[in-house]
Amino acid sequence: MTVLDERPSVVDPPQPAAATRQRRRPANPRTWVRNGGLSNLLFLVPMLLIFGIFSWYPIVQSFVMSFQKTNLVTAPTFVGLDNFVKVLQDPLFLTAVQNTVWFAVLALLFGYPIPLIAAVLMSEVRRAKGLFSALAYLPVVVPPVVAVLLWKFFYDASPTGVFNSILAMVGIGPQPWIQSITAAMPSLVLEATWAGAGGTIIIYLAALTGVAPELYDAAEVDGASIWRKIWHITLPQLRGILLITLILQVIGTAQVFLEPFLFTAGGPANSTITVLLLIYRYAFQNSLGGDYGAATALSLMLAIFLAVLSVVYFRLTKSWSQN
Amino acid sequence: MSKTKIEDAEDRGIVSVADWTKPRIRRTMRASHAVLLVVLAVSGLGPLLWLGKAALTPTQDTLRTPLAIFPNGIEWQNVVTAWSTIHLDVQFANTLWVAAGSWAVQIVVATTAGYALSILRPKYAGVLNALVLGTLFVPSVVLLVPLYLTVLDVPFVGISLINTFWAVWLPAGASAFNVLLVKRFFDNLPREVFEAARTDGASSFRLFWSIVLPMSKPIVGVVSVFAIIAAWKDFLWPSLVLIDPMVQPLSVRLPALQQSIELGVYLAALAISSIIPILLFLVFQRMFLRGAGLGGAVKG
Repeated sequence: MTVLDERPSVVDPPQPAAATRQRRRPANPRTWVRNGGLSNLLFLVPMLLIFGIFSWYPIVQSFVMSFQKTNLVTAPTFVGLDNFVKVLQDPLFLTAVQNTVWFAVLALLFGYPIPLIAAVLMSEVRRAKGLFSALAYLPVVVPPVVAVLLWKFFYDASPTGVFNSILAMVGIGPQPWIQSITAAMPSLVLEATWAGAGGTIIIYLAALTGVAPELYDAAEVDGASIWRKIWHITLPQLRGILLITLILQVIGTAQVFLEPFLFTAGGPANSTITVLLLIYRYAFQNSLGGDYGAATALSLMLAIFLAVLSVVYFRLTKSWSQN
Repeated sequence: MSKTKIEDAEDRGIVSVADWTKPRIRRTMRASHAVLLVVLAVSGLGPLLWLGKAALTPTQDTLRTPLAIFPNGIEWQNVVTAWSTIHLDVQFANTLWVAAGSWAVQIVVATTAGYALSILRPKYAGVLNALVLGTLFVPSVVLLVPLYLTVLDVPFVGISLINTFWAVWLPAGASAFNVLLVKRFFDNLPREVFEAARTDGASSFRLFWSIVLPMSKPIVGVVSVFAIIAAWKDFLWPSLVLIDPMVQPLSVRLPALQQSIELGVYLAALAISSIIPILLFLVFQRMFLRGAGLGGAVKG
C-alpha cells in the first residue's frame, strides 16, 4: 500500500522485447540504410553531440583532472592523489564542510516544518485556495539573484536598515545580520527559506489531494479528532513525499552557492564559506591561476556524497510514482 | 489516479463536513486561515511591493526612512536611468536571447532523442538510455570546472565559446531530465498510430514531424516552462562564461551594479529584472503550479 514497504525497483529495467523485436544487424550498409538505420542515427545526432561534448566528456574529464595538475599553459601531468591530499589538508576545507552542514541543519530547522504546516492548513481552505497558493509561490518566481540582492539590502546593519526599522517598531535594537559571524549563516538560511518554501508547499499540496478521503471517513467512524487524523492518516500518507523533499533539500543545501557568494562572499571571517564556494575559489578566484586539480578533486568528493543521496532519491521516486 | 477521486478529495479534507458545522472548529479554522493569509501576504507579497515602491523612491528617502511610502513624491527617473543610462535594456535583451536559445536547444535535443529512444528504438537505444540516465546521478557541481575548460576550448573544433551565447545554450541542452520526461511521454503514446503511419509509407522524418510532434504539445509545454524559468534564474554558469557586460543577462549583471550605481537606480534595476517572471507567473499560474507539483515527482 505504501511506498516504503515496496522493494525499490531496478533503475533501468532491461527490455528484452526491444532486443528481439529488431532484426539482426544486416551486414550490408545499404540494407542498413534502407531499414532506417541512418535516419535513426540522424535523430540521435543532436543528443549525441550535445551530451557527448557538454556532459559525458566533462564527466570523464573531471575524473581525469582530479588526478592531474592542470594550468592551461603546460600539458597536464598526473600527480596521483596530490590534489585530494591538498584539499584535505587545506584548513578551509574543514571550515567549509562545517559551514555547509550548519547551513543544511538550519535550513532543515527553518525550512522543513514551515511548508508542511502551511500546506496542511492550506489544503483545508474552502474559498480562494488559488490566492493562497499564488502568494506562497510568488517568492519562488523572483529571480534568485534579485531575491538575494534585495534581502542583502534588507539586512543593512544600520538603524535605518529595512529589517532594523521593522525591529525598531517593536522595540528591538538594530541587529548586525550578515555582518556578524554568528548571525550571518542564519540570515542566509532565512532568505533561502523564503525563496524556496513556496515550491515545497505546492508539492505537499499536490500530495495532500492524493490522500484518499475514505481514510478520513473511516477514522471518523472510530471517532478520531482532527489532530489524530493528521497524526495517524495525513502524515503517514505523506511520508514518501516527505522523505523525498528531505533528500532533495539535503542535495540542494550541500551545493549552496548563491547565498554565501552574493551575501557575504564567504565572510565574515570565513563564517559562511561553503564547499561549493571553496571549489569556486580554487578554480576561479585564485591569484596564482586556477587550481583546477584541487577544484575537481573537491567536486568529486562532494559528488560521490550527493550521488549516494540521489540514488536513494531516484529509487524512492520510482517506487513512489508507481503507486 | 481517477478524476472522481480528486473531486472527492476536494469535497472533503482532514476536517469533515460535520466538523465544519461545529462553531468552535469553524471559528478556529477561519482564524488560522486568516492568520495564514496575512503571513503569506506579508512574506510573499511584502518584499516585492517594497521593491516596487523603492524603485520609484528617491535614494535619500529609501536610505533615511525605508518604510515610509513616498514621503517626498515619486521618482520616475530611477527607472529611466536604469533602463537607458545604465543600459539595462542590453542585459534585458540578452536575458531574452539566453532564454530563447536555451529553450530551442533543449526542445530540439529532448524531442529528437525522446523520439529515437522511445519510438524508433534502434538496437543500441538501451545503452544510450542508460548513459543519459546515468548523468542524472552526476550533480552539476562536478561539471563546473571541466565544462568550463571544455567551453574554453571545444574538443575537435578548437574554438572558445566564452562571451558567446552558445556557451550557455549548448550545455543547457544536455539535460537528462528533459530527455527522460519526453521519452516517458512518448512511451505512453498509442503505438498503433505509428504502425498505421508506417504502413501508409510515412518515413521516420514524416512520422516525427506530422504525427509525434503535434501529439507532444503537452510535454513540450512542460519542458518549455522549465527551460525558460531555468535560463532566467541561472547565475553561476553564465557568470563564468559571459564576462563581457554587453552579452551578460540581467542576473549576472546585477551583482556588479550594486557597488557602482546610485541606490534608487539599483533598486529600479532589481525591479525591472523581476517584472517579467512575475507577470508570466500571474498569467500562467496554473501551468507554473502544475509544473512545481510535477517537479517533486520527477525532478532529478
